[in-house]
Amino acid sequence: MTTASVAASPVQEDWRPDALFAPGAPPRRPGALAASVAFGWRAMLKIKHEPKQLVDVTAVPALLTILFTYLFGGALGGSPRHYLTLLVPGTMVMGVTIVTMYGGARLADDLSTGVFDRFRSLPVWRGAFVVGGLVSDAGRYLLAAGIVATLGVAIGYRPGGGAAGALSAMALVVAFGVSLSWVWTAVALVILDSATVMSLASVVVFPLTFASNVFVPARTMPGWLQAFVDANPVSHLASASRALMNNTGGAGGPVIWSLVATGAITVVFAPLALRLYSKRG
Amino acid sequence: MVVTAGDGPAIEVHGLVKRYGKLQALAGLDLVVRRGEVFGFLGPNGAGKTTTLRILATLVRPDGGTARILGHDVVAEADAVRTKIALTGQLASLDEGLTGQENLLLLGRLRGLSRRAARRRAEVLAELFELSDAARRPVRGYSGGMRRRLDIAASLVVTPELLFLDEPTTGLDPHSRAQVWELVREIAAAGTTVLLTTQYLEEADQLAEHVAVIDGGLIVAEGTSAQLKAKVGSGGLHVRVLDRRQRPEAQAVLGAALGTVVHLLPDPHALSVRLSPEVEPTELGALVGRAMTELSRAQVAVATVTLGHASLDEAFLALTGRPGAGSSTDEEDAHQ
Repeated sequence: MTTASVAASPVQEDWRPDALFAPGAPPRRPGALAASVAFGWRAMLKIKHEPKQLVDVTAVPALLTILFTYLFGGALGGSPRHYLTLLVPGTMVMGVTIVTMYGGARLADDLSTGVFDRFRSLPVWRGAFVVGGLVSDAGRYLLAAGIVATLGVAIGYRPGGGAAGALSAMALVVAFGVSLSWVWTAVALVILDSATVMSLASVVVFPLTFASNVFVPARTMPGWLQAFVDANPVSHLASASRALMNNTGGAGGPVIWSLVATGAITVVFAPLALRLYSKRG
Repeated sequence: MVVTAGDGPAIEVHGLVKRYGKLQALAGLDLVVRRGEVFGFLGPNGAGKTTTLRILATLVRPDGGTARILGHDVVAEADAVRTKIALTGQLASLDEGLTGQENLLLLGRLRGLSRRAARRRAEVLAELFELSDAARRPVRGYSGGMRRRLDIAASLVVTPELLFLDEPTTGLDPHSRAQVWELVREIAAAGTTVLLTTQYLEEADQLAEHVAVIDGGLIVAEGTSAQLKAKVGSGGLHVRVLDRRQRPEAQAVLGAALGTVVHLLPDPHALSVRLSPEVEPTELGALVGRAMTELSRAQVAVATVTLGHASLDEAFLALTGRPGAGSSTDEEDAHQ
């Protein structure tokens, strides 16, 4: 191979021109689903090559679970069993809501690279890039929710609703997380800077998660805050998750409200994000 | 296998306009590129090359004018255009976090190849582009030359009818540049139309049958590189005198001897004569001999004399009023 570099041509002359070009007729353009799957696969590959991408979705929920259990456990009173039933579902909601921010930041980074131009010059449904990313986000949220539940069980939580209750709560939380993903996707498409996306998302996410009934019942709060907490979809989601995971009944209302919030956010922000994506440039 | 259905041009652009805020990136650009040729798009930074390319590749919508690619409008029939083109952008259009092989596989899938066909194609391309050893490493660790080769390979996963190369050799070492040039020639030889932008005049000279010079969002000249050179003249004579005080005298003597205008260059010792396009190359020697004889007779001491054919650099300078990327500072300023 040492002499090959003398010639300008990188390879053997005789068979190259044929192989340079793809044989056969050009393939049919892939459908929206196939393209979304391909982009989802890309997101998975990126995690495989850079496992540290999962640090956010694992560390944040784990930290929250441990910290809040021992920080607030005593103050909330009662037996560990009692306050874990309150804290674990709430922490799951909070953990997933917080980690949705990182997806927006990652997208903003992705958009600034040259490969994005190539993707947009391909004859595939333009939304596939965004949808593929969201599928992998859903996987991350499931991981985050799973970590909270597993850690909770490890420190003594026993879901009264069993596996079925826990899984339906997780599904609800992940669906809500994905609806927030659409919001951060739209934000990232406008702002295009990961640090700014993060700070902006924090301004929304922290009031949303703390000004809720995740830790403290709303009745201990001043009236104006109660009004916010009662309207906050995170509160409904926390109530729904508690009812489902602990099998305490009364899940219907909160579940419906959570689904309504999830649906409303998606209906507004999914078309907006897709529009922003295809209009970019 | 390139399908050459239809006889229209590969690219047909009329009055293309694009503004970014107050900046007028394109000011009514017209361009026609025939099928099967390598077309060089030449211009300084900020002239509008990349903007034009991005509009043609359906990435940006124009504010005015029309552009058709192989008969399809870039705005109204963007998807039809996308099936026929491939783009190798100025930034590497690659996924840095994926391996070379995964990049090729992903594009194969996104182009509609089956998993099997995509895998086979990725292997063939990696081998052809001498990337087999690196194929399983993330692109992040690739050298500039490897990155460019992979970038071009990624555009050939499915054979495009029209390939856009945005400054394909910027930042490459001479060997890698020669490799890319060879690739472009082979791609064109097999029937794919290539539109390449470049700041390197030599590159356009080497590869392109037709060249358009863009400046300020407009085409300022167009033709074969030979035609562009002819516009500027058959060559230039550069003279440096030993004593700068003798330069005015040299200017007068040379002007009288050659019958043309003699320019004074920023270098206080240097003069330059642009020879008329009508001068046959075989007459140049005699002409220069006569000029030197006259200078000796006038007792002007000459330090150096150089005679050069007009390069595209000179053509570029003459047409845009700015030196090209490859030219030195004491190029003659013909627009004086």
